[in-house]
Amino acid sequence: MSAIGKVSLRDNILQRGQRKERGKLLVFNHAVLLVLTAFAVIPLLVLAFNSLKTELEIGQNPLGPPTRIVIENFPTAWEEGDFAITMRNSVIYVVATIAAELVLGGLAAYALARKKPPGSDLLMLYFLIASTIPVWMYIVPLFVQMRMMKMLGTFHGLILIYIAGNAPLTIFLLRSYMIDLPRELEDAARVDGANEFQVLTRIVLPLTKPGFLTVGLVVGLGVWNEYTLALTFVHDPNRFPVTTSFAKFVDRFDTNWALTSAGAIIILFPVMVLFLALQRQFIEGLAEGGIKT
Amino acid sequence: MAVLAQKKPTTIFEKLADETWRRKFLRNVLIPWLFIAPLLIIHIFVVAIPAVQGVYMSMTDWGGINPNVNFIGLENYHKLLFEDHSFGKSLNNNINWMLFFLTVPFILALFCATMLSQIKRGGMIYRSILFIPYVLASVVTTTIWKNLLNPKDGILATTARALGIEGFEVAFLGRTDTALISIAFIDNWHFWGFLMILFLASMQSIPPVLYDAAKIDGANRWEEFRHVTLPGIRPIVLFMFMMVAIWSFLAFDYIWLITQGGPGGASEVIATQLYKNAFQRFEAGYAAAQGVVISIFAGFIILVFVMLRRRGWDI
Repeated sequence: MSAIGKVSLRDNILQRGQRKERGKLLVFNHAVLLVLTAFAVIPLLVLAFNSLKTELEIGQNPLGPPTRIVIENFPTAWEEGDFAITMRNSVIYVVATIAAELVLGGLAAYALARKKPPGSDLLMLYFLIASTIPVWMYIVPLFVQMRMMKMLGTFHGLILIYIAGNAPLTIFLLRSYMIDLPRELEDAARVDGANEFQVLTRIVLPLTKPGFLTVGLVVGLGVWNEYTLALTFVHDPNRFPVTTSFAKFVDRFDTNWALTSAGAIIILFPVMVLFLALQRQFIEGLAEGGIKT
Repeated sequence: MAVLAQKKPTTIFEKLADETWRRKFLRNVLIPWLFIAPLLIIHIFVVAIPAVQGVYMSMTDWGGINPNVNFIGLENYHKLLFEDHSFGKSLNNNINWMLFFLTVPFILALFCATMLSQIKRGGMIYRSILFIPYVLASVVTTTIWKNLLNPKDGILATTARALGIEGFEVAFLGRTDTALISIAFIDNWHFWGFLMILFLASMQSIPPVLYDAAKIDGANRWEEFRHVTLPGIRPIVLFMFMMVAIWSFLAFDYIWLITQGGPGGASEVIATQLYKNAFQRFEAGYAAAQGVVISIFAGFIILVFVMLRRRGWDI
């Protein structure tokens, strides 16, 4: 009895001490975190403020909130920056890449996770090594090859490059999701008379949906934000994605902060909406994706 | 049993004639490989074949357009390493870039993740906000900071003026001595939150029992960090050390978007030089050689880490 009493008393003191210590420390923690949060947010706030000011006002008040809100910058930037065309193009690049990546990656990952045909280990090694090859190693010959095959500056040319670039990540992620799935579920379906295709569509796909969502988000964000490959492989303004088109726009309106800020807001708006809606999936997906590649 | 054993086909012709074998082959070999084939073929077409071609191209004097190609062996590499002084300068900039990214974001991320891991309430909000810069496109980030670092109305210039401090009305991105580090600062603004999230996730998987034990042993906060937190997150820290070191040799888009390597080559790195050689000066063979050199650096970094791991540095 007394021994137990002693232990619990010690625990109590320890806990109270901890709580006290934690309480003191948290002020410091919050102070540090607030400073870092300000570092992340203030540039974005200034961007938002400037997109709502006239150029004249930015000259007098470059950082603070607008005294009078003007929204004219947005239609002007939309017109001058050809956003109607480039937004459509970027949507095409993103949607086509995600769709192809999920279908083709899903098929490949399923085969590798479940059927393990002879040569699977070699294939995984191939993708592991391939994922470490820098784009600079093959960008010049790829350019020549794309030109020879008349795929330079086409939608499908750049989409193929995006699919290939994201292939190792997709396979590693989806395969690991599928391997974690208990086999018994699939066997049970087979016993009930489901064929292989039904096993895939009715059992495996619904249960690995989080994996597909993760890959879709990571790949989609990467393609939406991608600059280097689009710069290299697409030279026709009618097929520019928002990134390369916006870079040219910024060069043209170099000193017009009101206009370039509005353009930047247009590009980041869809990303921010998705991010705020799917924070957890985004953060965990990108963290997982960052480690797997 | 004996009958079955007798029937088992051995040669390829017998196998093809045997129906059960055919069905098995179809189900366990052919169909799985047909599932894998489309993605694999695209990948080979986009990555593997050009990567091999790149090695050959680096040993030619090809310009990129005219059909005139001569095999010149290792001449491009000789020129790169011993004659082209701008390459040495670029390499030096890459190394400075690497030193910046192996220290600043790591310290920032470790510190912030430690602070954040001790918070119970509101942690998610900090986590989300601190992660926002990472989801922005490079064109957006560079536009924001080109404005903010403007010498006349930028955030530094204006704040310094308001506080009465002189010497901050500087074109940080236009001066040879500050261009590269300013671009690194901007890229880091975008990048460090990602590192922080990785470290935080790893810290949260350390068993709380270990912290309790450290407390009972009378460890102070530094000792707790040094002997419990750091060993717990060591694998991810070392892995990211490797990745960041590799990425440092691939740096391109932030530099290209802000200075294109200028002013006067002050922010030139291997990748921006490669891009100019390939697509503006039409020296495809020479650019390919630079691409191979970048890959060798990347391969070397991986090799160093694999060797250290073999030596018992449990990464």
